[in-house]
Amino acid sequence: MAKIVRHLAAMAAVVLLGGLLSATLVRLAPGFEVDEQQLDARLSSESVQALRQARAGDRNIVRFYLHYLGRAMRGDLGESRTLNRPVRELLSERLPVTVRLAGLGLLAGWLCAVLLAVGATMARRAACDLAATLLGGIFLSMPAAVLALLFVYANAPACLVIALVVFPKVFSYTRNLLARSYESPHLVTAYAKGVGPLRILLWHVLPVTGAQLLAVAGISVSIALGAAIPVEALCGIAGIGQLAWQAALGRDLPLLVNLTVLVTVITLAANWGSEFAGQSFKTSAA
Amino acid sequence: MRRVRQFAWLLLALTVLASLGAGVWAPADYAMQFREVPNSPPSHQHLLGTDELGRDRFSRVLYGTRISLLMAPAAALLSTLLATLVGGVAGYLGGWWARAAMGATDLFLSMPWLFLLLVVRAMMPLNVAPVTSVAVTFLLLGLLGWAGSARVLCAGVRSLHDSDFVLQARASGLHELRLLAIQVLPNLKPVLLAQFWISIPVFIISEANLGILGLGVSEPLPSWGSLLREMESFTSFGFEAWKLAPLVLLVLVVSSFQIILSQEEVYA
Repeated sequence: MAKIVRHLAAMAAVVLLGGLLSATLVRLAPGFEVDEQQLDARLSSESVQALRQARAGDRNIVRFYLHYLGRAMRGDLGESRTLNRPVRELLSERLPVTVRLAGLGLLAGWLCAVLLAVGATMARRAACDLAATLLGGIFLSMPAAVLALLFVYANAPACLVIALVVFPKVFSYTRNLLARSYESPHLVTAYAKGVGPLRILLWHVLPVTGAQLLAVAGISVSIALGAAIPVEALCGIAGIGQLAWQAALGRDLPLLVNLTVLVTVITLAANWGSEFAGQSFKTSAA
Repeated sequence: MRRVRQFAWLLLALTVLASLGAGVWAPADYAMQFREVPNSPPSHQHLLGTDELGRDRFSRVLYGTRISLLMAPAAALLSTLLATLVGGVAGYLGGWWARAAMGATDLFLSMPWLFLLLVVRAMMPLNVAPVTSVAVTFLLLGLLGWAGSARVLCAGVRSLHDSDFVLQARASGLHELRLLAIQVLPNLKPVLLAQFWISIPVFIISEANLGILGLGVSEPLPSWGSLLREMESFTSFGFEAWKLAPLVLLVLVVSSFQIILSQEEVYA
């Protein structure tokens, strides 16, 4: 229990610092106080002054952040400057889209990676191993944005891009883990005694490697979220990845701070969730 | 596998040589426009055709490769130095220093790499001179990419700090700085080299992603990212495969790094 409380406290501290870091970066950016609207010749001097006043509230970054935190406690996440809509509304609209995209991508990526890694390791043929490694290597060398563009031209589902970004990393980790596991003396003995490959996999390999694989699950969530930015921006999917891109280009401080906090919460929760799942799996397997 | 590694080294060496000699081998300057032949197919004059502004694509690929292949290792060097500083100090001093450094590392690692990069790059001026945009892009990659390596180095320094030979050296009266310089750092060389190699392909791919999103190197200067951005305006690939030359080169070079990397990892 104390461990969970400690983890939650550390998570809250990292999230708060992450939000402050993003707010500070935006505030320090050159040209932060200049609004494109101020250059509109049709605006009167009073309107330009009103626009400057609206930005002036954000000048003191600590005051802005404390004010933001106070409002966030009451459920008010502020208003997006570039989209002129409440941030809460934008996030609740777009988060499910990204969760579905990244979730399907993660599922497909993990399925392909684990199946191919198990197949390549169990086949015990250099040609199979080389073919699988080459396939993983090609996708590992492809920028997510290029894959997204190729999928746009091919009219293929965008979640497959996330799958192809996640696949090589999970595949290479799983393959190395399985290869090391299959080389252990008790498995060599089991093979020599004629124990079936499926039994070896289910009874001896997976219980040992399962915990380590679960630990990687958290990292793959972070990879999928990162890949969602170019995928959504280039495939025209209205998720939080596209929103992050728009917010970054528009230097939309309220939106960027909220997105940083949200993404940090998701990544940390995924990391610690997978860590706990891995530990529980290890305990139950033992 | 040895043959594959030798081939990877050869490919990498040839690409580096070709890009370094871009000024000699390129038939035209990267920004020179042949306005009478925009979007032309490959010919004797233009080996990979021209882009929609009439610029020789082969020349742009050579110059773009030079920028990506010179700047990515420079950014990797910067991030490895930062990681050595943060991870080394944290691992060597331990206690409060280690907790603070690892807290900062956690903060950087808690955000997806591309998200962090996108936010910070967008905060920099976007309408800068092309040369400045190269410096800004790769400087950011180097300044933000240290966290993962710092964690590895901290663990490496920690284990060395507690090792018998360091204890003996300390007991024999060796000064801490000298101990760090002649005993600890040389033993970390394989780890540092591995972290440096790991960072290069990561930075090349990150620059490509940023370039395609319009946040990388500015026109007319080419880099793999800005060259790949051209893909957005393609109408078909089937009969114009030469347009994919930058992508093929990027995949080959990054794959070569991955193949060589596995060897470096073994050494580490």
